[in-house]
This record gives sequence, C-alpha cells and structure tokens, in this order.
Amino acid sequence: MGTAPDIAVRARGLRVVRGERTVLDDFDLEVRQGTLTGLLGPSGSGKSTLMRAIVGVQKVAGGTIEVLGQPAGSKPLRHRVGYVTQSPSVYGDLTVRQNLWYFAKVLGAPSTDVDRAIEQVDLTSHAHQLVGRLSGGQHSRVSLATALLGEPEVLVLDEPTVGLDPVLRVELWGLFHRLAESGVTLLVSSHVMDEAERCERLVLLREGAVLADDTLPDLLARTGTADAEQAFLKLIERADSEVKES
Amino acid sequence: MSPRITIATSARVLMQLRHDPRTIAMLLVVPSLLMSLLWWIYDGGRMFDLIGPALLAIFPFLVMFLVTSIATLRERTTGTLERLLAMPTGKLDFLLGYALAFGAVALVQATLTATVAVGLLDMRATGPTWILVAVAVFDALLGVALGLFVSAFAATEFQVVQFMPALILPQFLLCGLLVPRAELPGILEPISDVLPLSYAVDAMLEVQAVAEPSVAGDVAVVVGFSLALLALGAATLRRRTP
Repeated sequence: MGTAPDIAVRARGLRVVRGERTVLDDFDLEVRQGTLTGLLGPSGSGKSTLMRAIVGVQKVAGGTIEVLGQPAGSKPLRHRVGYVTQSPSVYGDLTVRQNLWYFAKVLGAPSTDVDRAIEQVDLTSHAHQLVGRLSGGQHSRVSLATALLGEPEVLVLDEPTVGLDPVLRVELWGLFHRLAESGVTLLVSSHVMDEAERCERLVLLREGAVLADDTLPDLLARTGTADAEQAFLKLIERADSEVKES
Repeated sequence: MSPRITIATSARVLMQLRHDPRTIAMLLVVPSLLMSLLWWIYDGGRMFDLIGPALLAIFPFLVMFLVTSIATLRERTTGTLERLLAMPTGKLDFLLGYALAFGAVALVQATLTATVAVGLLDMRATGPTWILVAVAVFDALLGVALGLFVSAFAATEFQVVQFMPALILPQFLLCGLLVPRAELPGILEPISDVLPLSYAVDAMLEVQAVAEPSVAGDVAVVVGFSLALLALGAATLRRRTP
C-alpha cells in the first residue's frame, strides 16, 4: 500500500474536525517500527485526537492514515493495535482479573496473558479486587494492562502515567522501553514535559500542528535550553514572533 | 460475528450482575411480591386470574428495558464500548451478548414469578404454564432490544430513566389490560396495533382463556419487533465517532 515495511504509522494530509473546531489540518506524521515516540503538548493541542485517528475510532474529514500498511481501524489491525484512553475504560464492577479475562477473550489472547499483564502493571496483589474500589492510579493501570494483552505490535497510550507516583512512573517507562526494544512501536502522549526525557523521539504539538519533531538532545541544542519544558516554551515564543513578523 | 466474543460478553455481563447481589435480589423477588400484592388487592378472585398473566408479560419487559438501557449507556459513557469496538468485537457480538445474558436472567425471573403465581397464589390460567413463561422470556428480550436502542439517545442516566414513562407507560395503557383493545376509542385501537406490548399481552390473554392456545402469531410479532430494534440498535453502535 505504498508504505515502507518499517513504517508503523503514516499520516498524510490528515484533517479532523470535531464540532466547530478543526483539530488537525493537513497533518503529516511518520513513525518507524520499534520506536518509542513521545507526543507532547498542552491539553487541547490535538494529541488525543491524533491518537484516536491512529486507532481508527475518530471520524476523519480528510487525508489518509495507515498503520502497519493498512488503513487505520481496519479489521486486520484490531488485534494488532493496543489503545489506552485518557480516562480508564474498564469495568468498575468487575475485579482486575475478570476485566482482563474478558478482554483477553475478546482478543483471542491466551489466558496466560492475563497474569502476565497484571504483573507488568504491578497489580498482582490487587488481582481479585473490584476495579471500582481501586485508587485512581491503580484504575488507570488496569486500563493499561488491557492494552498489553495479546502482544500488540503498536501501542497507543494516551497519558498512561497521569496520577502515578514517581517510582511507578519510572517502572512503567522501563516497561515501555523494553517493549520498544522487543519491536513494539509505542506512541505515548503526555502533557508533563519531564516525561519527554524518557522518549527517543519527541513530537511537540500545538494547536494541531507539529511544532517540533526531534530527539531530545537535538531539540535542546537547537533551542539552547536545558530541558524539554524550556525548549517547548522557546519554540512557542519563536513561532509567535514569526507570526507577528509576517 | 464471533461466538467466542458473544459468549464471553454474556459471561461478563452476568459476572457484573453477580457483584451486585442487591440488584439480583430485586430482579428476582420484586415481580413475585407485586404478583402477591395483586392477589391481595383482588382477594384472590376472578380478576386476579384475568390480570395476572398479562402482568407476567409486563414485568420482564419493563425491568429488562431499564437494566439494559442503563448498562449500555454506561458502556457508552465510560469508553468500554469504544474499546470493545476498537478490538475485534462485532456489533452483533455486543448486542447478542447482552440479549443472551439478560434473556437468561429473564428466564429465571419469569419461572419464579409464574411458580409463585400458579403454585402459591393459585392463579388459574386455562392454558399451560410453560407457555406463560416462554412468552414472558420473549417479552424480556423485547425489553432488552428496546433498552439497547434507546440508550443511544440518552446522554445521562437521568435521561435514560425518563424513557420509561415516555415509551413504556403508553404501551401499558394501550395494551388491553385496562380497556380491551377492540373497545379503545377512535384512533387508539390502530395505535395499539403497532405497539409490541399489545401482542405480548394478547398472547398472555390467549393462554389465560384457551386450553390449547395458539400464541405463535403474537410471539412472532414480538420477536419481529425485537429483531427490528436490535438492527436499529446496531446502527447506533459506531466504531468511529466525531
């Protein structure tokens, strides 16, 4: 389908309109397989919309978006792409284990995946508790575990570490890196800039446009800043002054 | 469509119910209590024999409508429906999963209510009791189908509950229980002809009156309505949303 074999996600001229607002317009993006890409930007910048388009649950007004060489959301992709929404989408009135049992059945994943995924998000000691009674951070980890079932080739994670304590965040980023090393393509969004430092590639979004697409060291060198947050502010400053000049 | 996903969905819905013993108790006990109240009101007389079977049709319809519409609304608002549809779940898997699970609950509910009505309260129907139960289960499935469909038009649980007086009560008033359908004034009779609950109650009245009742026609209409509502419900399940 015109996509190089090592490209996991390719968006071309993508346009998404939600209500009155054009969230993404003529948007291009390419993500190579087996990489960990951080999608950063303030809330409302279009991160979630882009992720929804990649998973194929977003109505698209124009352009194309392909995942693993297939149109996003098409049938053969539905068990190859894992997706975690910002607000956890699991059943509060089931236990952790029951939730994962059900989603594993839906995916046709082996039942051994259930315990593995629970362990990966460090919830083994809570496996038999009702999800509705867990803390916010634990709740969202159940949602994350669901996306780890059945060995997906592409993982689209919308703010998976929000509300988690620092230790757990480090652990999860470790997991994301191990997954990327094993060949999984990860797209992780965050509005916390310090998380940027854990990604090999950073895509900074602002108002539906790519403000920067770089590795962290290059980004810092280019902006003459010391961390991702300053770099981001600097880029916004530059973009705004360019608009004023023209 | 995949039998594996359909059956897993039914099992999951029943598991959710199992964590909610209060709802189970209400589902199973309340219809029997209402039946007993009816018996008391009419002092166990002839009117109880006449109205009892019709009520056996209305309970499961009403209860399953409420339970299903709220359960599906929750799936829509918490994002679990979106997640399922982004996975290999087919729309039919989702719909049939719910229908199977709540159909099973309705079977237990109707059996229990009919047993109490016939065994304990001595309700006399001319036809066989098992047909009463069978018709009640089809009415429950009608309630499930209507609930699945209606949940698409509600954004909150407050709204979905309002569909009960809006969609169920008129059917109750026109189903022939208060005034025989043939005696309804003016345009009300043809209106009652296009409401599914009318056929459910017709079937029950037939079992009440006739030793060898022929309910196939009425049941076919109820099933037809259910299938049409399921098809409409499937159309409201969108994989891609704006």
